[in-house]
Amino acid sequence: MANLLEVKQLTKKFGGITAVDRIDFSLEEGEVVAVIGPNGAGKTTLFNMISCFIPPTSGEVIYKGERLTGRKIFELAHLGISRTFQNLQIFNNMTVLENVMMGVHVKLKTNVFSAGFRLPTVKKNEEIAYQLALDVLEMVELKDFMYKKAGNLSYGLQKQLEFARAIVYHPQLILLDEPMAGLNDAETNRMAGYIKELKKKGCSFLFVEHKMATVMELADRIIVMDFGKKIAEGTPHEIARNEKVISAYLGEEAF
Amino acid sequence: MAKLDNVLYGHLWRPFASLMVIVLLLPLFVKSSYILTVLILIGIYSLISIGLSLLLGYAGQISLGHAAFFGIGAYVSGVLTAKYAGSPWIAMVIGIVFTWLVSYVIGMAILRLKGHFLALATMAINIIFFILILGLDEFTGGASGLVGIPSLSLFQLNLGNPLYFYFFVWFIVFVIILFSMNIIRSNIGRLLRSIHDSEIATETLGVNVAKYKVIIFSLSAVYASLAGSLYAHFISFIAPPSFYITFSILLLVMVMVGGVHSIWGAVLGTAIIMFLNEWIRYIGQTYFHISGQVEIVVYGLIIILVMMFMPKGLVDILERLWKKIKSVQIKGAEKRKMTTEKGA
Repeated sequence: MANLLEVKQLTKKFGGITAVDRIDFSLEEGEVVAVIGPNGAGKTTLFNMISCFIPPTSGEVIYKGERLTGRKIFELAHLGISRTFQNLQIFNNMTVLENVMMGVHVKLKTNVFSAGFRLPTVKKNEEIAYQLALDVLEMVELKDFMYKKAGNLSYGLQKQLEFARAIVYHPQLILLDEPMAGLNDAETNRMAGYIKELKKKGCSFLFVEHKMATVMELADRIIVMDFGKKIAEGTPHEIARNEKVISAYLGEEAF
Repeated sequence: MAKLDNVLYGHLWRPFASLMVIVLLLPLFVKSSYILTVLILIGIYSLISIGLSLLLGYAGQISLGHAAFFGIGAYVSGVLTAKYAGSPWIAMVIGIVFTWLVSYVIGMAILRLKGHFLALATMAINIIFFILILGLDEFTGGASGLVGIPSLSLFQLNLGNPLYFYFFVWFIVFVIILFSMNIIRSNIGRLLRSIHDSEIATETLGVNVAKYKVIIFSLSAVYASLAGSLYAHFISFIAPPSFYITFSILLLVMVMVGGVHSIWGAVLGTAIIMFLNEWIRYIGQTYFHISGQVEIVVYGLIIILVMMFMPKGLVDILERLWKKIKSVQIKGAEKRKMTTEKGA
């Protein structure tokens, strides 16, 4: 299988501190890769560099053979990469349906003038967006809430909504920043179920997560970071047995 | 699927038709030319407040400088027709194109700013414009203003007649409302609201947020410019004070009183503030013997009260009232149904 994403010698320095230090890894098509590490290990910084939120000090990210580094944030969705946020970013004042329909933007060709004059393409686009949104809402079991304001949903449902919005346009690579944070066990299982389902359809995932049980269950490969460096990489099985990882991060009692 | 629009956004034609009926019938009851003038001005100012509603209520970007774009339209029309005897229609189009260019360039520069900083920057634009029209007195007439702007005429029809002009202005208002409503009722409208809620999330969904902010800023500026041209031809005399920051603030008050999240709110707010304006002037002069800018004190008070007690504006209150009436009606109907069933 071909490499979908390649991270090469990615480094970020904030003043004198090296938050991310020459990280290398790759992600194959259809693979689920997790990045773990203790607090302050540089996971989020790494994540933000991959999703073009902050520029790296050196190194680069390659997606499908093309350089991703230096692109604008909005370009990523057009390449088939979507992301969610650690601290939820949903549109509180819009309905659940509208939130998800926003996710379809990449597939629509309406502009201000075709909208203003209500050209036929506009209506067609609305129907495409509505249909795609309905499919996803059905999948994540939010259809009953579709006319509710997103801001009024429970935290767990909002998390599901953000996930739905990220996957509605059928992206190839989905970056999840702590998808399980703040979820209870039932909600965590549900979310894991959606990720598995999408994996079967060929989606690739890169995610940062603290809940070890989920990581072990979902990930094909795990990358462990500590103090900005990659200290281990391997299958969940290998990582669980890696002494470096255990001493640096997991601690004895975790297993 | 035919009703997807209505499912998502509610009905468009009901409020549209209601307003149309009101506008068509009003001249039957209005006999004084003074009130007719106020109604025409409401139409003209509504054009600006509709644009501001798109910008502020939907995209969440503030502007304290729209009086400048209003002024650009008015002065381009005024100077080209009064000084150079150009065609008013061509002058109007030139005004619009010129405003689009100016606002696009300004927008690209200042729309990176947020909140208070954006408010200050737009205010600065307004001041710069004000000083420019004062200084370029060779063209604009400076502080003494520009006189002799001809009235419009359309296919032999003299729009200098206030009644004709009234219908003409409100026809344009309806076209603009329809255009704006179409934008709101599409994925572009959704996109604008999502920018308001979370810029960063909108960006990750593949939207070039900066571009859309500038486009909507320019669109609202163009509405203001169109209003300015109409204003110049209607009043036939323009002077710098009409285009100062105080007017920009007044426009914001109009939008806020009506409710920023609604085009109808913008029109309603404009009408209320305009009548209030005239009323304050009348009360002030007759009972307190004060003249001059008493209104501005009252506007300040209105802003504070609106922000405290009805931050979503009048339209929101009306909507809630309407829902309450409806739910009471439904409950009443259910009760009657139940009692009849029991009886049977």
